[in-house]
Amino acid sequence: MAETPVPAFRPRIKEAPMYAQQVDTGSKGLKSLDEMSPEERHFQEKVDAEVRIEPKNWMPDGYRKTLIRQISQHAHSEIVGMLPEGNWLTRAPSLKRKLQLMAKIQDEAGHGLYLYSAMETLGADRDEEIEKLHRGEVKFSSIFTYPTLTWADMGAIGWLVDGAAIVNQVPLQRCSYGPYSRAMIRVCKEESFHQRQGYEILLTMMREGTDQQKEMVQDAINRFWWPSLMMFGPSDENSPNSAQSMAWKIKRHGNDELRQRFLDQTVPQLEFLGCTAPDPDLKWNEETGHYDFGEIQWQEFFDVLKGHSPCGVERIQQRKKAIDEGQWVRDAAVAYADKQKANAA
Amino acid sequence: MTTDQALTEYLLRLADTDMVLAQRFCEWCGNAPALEEEVAMMNVGLDLLGQARNWYEYAAELRNDGHDADFLAFRRNEREYRNLLIAEQPRGDYAVTTAKQFFFDVWHHLVLTRLTESSDERIAGIAAKGLKEATYHRRRSTEWMLRLGQGTEESHRRLTDAVQNLWRFTCELTDTDEIEDQLAEAGIGAGNVGDAWRAEVARVFAEAGLELPEPARHFYMDGKNGKHTEHLGFLLAEMQYLPRAYPDATW
Repeated sequence: MAETPVPAFRPRIKEAPMYAQQVDTGSKGLKSLDEMSPEERHFQEKVDAEVRIEPKNWMPDGYRKTLIRQISQHAHSEIVGMLPEGNWLTRAPSLKRKLQLMAKIQDEAGHGLYLYSAMETLGADRDEEIEKLHRGEVKFSSIFTYPTLTWADMGAIGWLVDGAAIVNQVPLQRCSYGPYSRAMIRVCKEESFHQRQGYEILLTMMREGTDQQKEMVQDAINRFWWPSLMMFGPSDENSPNSAQSMAWKIKRHGNDELRQRFLDQTVPQLEFLGCTAPDPDLKWNEETGHYDFGEIQWQEFFDVLKGHSPCGVERIQQRKKAIDEGQWVRDAAVAYADKQKANAA
Repeated sequence: MTTDQALTEYLLRLADTDMVLAQRFCEWCGNAPALEEEVAMMNVGLDLLGQARNWYEYAAELRNDGHDADFLAFRRNEREYRNLLIAEQPRGDYAVTTAKQFFFDVWHHLVLTRLTESSDERIAGIAAKGLKEATYHRRRSTEWMLRLGQGTEESHRRLTDAVQNLWRFTCELTDTDEIEDQLAEAGIGAGNVGDAWRAEVARVFAEAGLELPEPARHFYMDGKNGKHTEHLGFLLAEMQYLPRAYPDATW
């Protein structure tokens, strides 16, 4: 569509987690530099000085494990996140929208690939981590357990879900672990593009669409609004895991801070669309300079993480089926490569 | 038939075949045998969809009846679709998709190569851009033919089954009808690429250790002229659902 002024989309945040919710660091409390071993101290000093940690550098076991958990969850979320969109890919309503959605899903598969590569630099194995996902031992982002019921959901996901992901991921570009930080730089660039496209889907329907289409947009926002705010996870002000992740500079901001940041940038965009949020308590607070919002129903979030959700089980079943049914293909590729090697020898 | 009418039909065949294949790739989303294949299949699907759009746009201009490319893709029914029959066959397992793509990719590469020399500059331009993509597609599906053909007993068996099932539809890749012949004579269309197609397929089959069937014979179905298998109706019903359910909508 024609150039429509869209309110501030460029992530204004200088730094920013989410596709990895509630990562366990194994920490009960923070050590001071004096309590650390010489290696640990050297490591912490590097982190404090903003020097990136690279795969061959020494690192505490907890740091390695925390990163593996976080990056694998992040990668799984990219891959599982393809499914709610895949649900509408065969029904995209125009050539342009179909091209955009295919490109977005391809980007997500690509993000999954380089996140798994970043994870493998820590000594983890991609196939093993994927099996853990299929066995339900590790999580993916709660947001992808929600069903996509209409085409407007493709817009709402791009705008709200990718939008929330960006707020989370921008600080991860400065994560202390080099490979993860570099993967995030590329991911963020592409996510911004997806967010803009998602918003444009909704804007087109609101500006040029029929009454039915406008209802579709509002309905999608009603369904994805709260789950998007939940993506940041519950308040972590008193969480030992968060304090440890902050000290290691894996995480740089609290969940509440990021949620507020997301909300503050999203509400003007919501108003520009001409839509409303399903939150009667949402209003601008002159004193704080932020939007106030209603209470989040965390029980839903915890239920979703436990698998009590509209399609959490189905998402994993589909992923497992794809990998199980693809076994013979991968076996053939390996057998062929082995024969080629044997012939060359 | 005037040259413009023939050309419109020809463009729709190219466009519809790309479109239907791209739709089959969309069905693979989230179901590929490896993550790398998710990326690769989406990539090939995107290329084909982009080419379909280019052909549709040109066809819409020639038709000049107020309908745009989206109308051609999303508002024509199964008897108006002009895709090759092989494109609409169900995606099946990875062997079916591989064999299907391989047969198509060899044909597509040959056709686009010739179309880069078309006297119609618009066609030559679209073909030149598409040829780069088709060259990669052909290389990729050839590699998979070899992997599956020579890989394991199971992959060889599955590929053999896929070839047996799909082979009958390859007659459309090797034969031409009056429209294609007319445009070839006018220096616009690609004409018959059957000999080159058979030679390339035979070469890859030999390397993959596959038995080459007898040339496929024509039968009464004819995708190029709108006589399809039963699969196309369902594919279109899904793909065209939104534009048909909401005819006044803007997306």
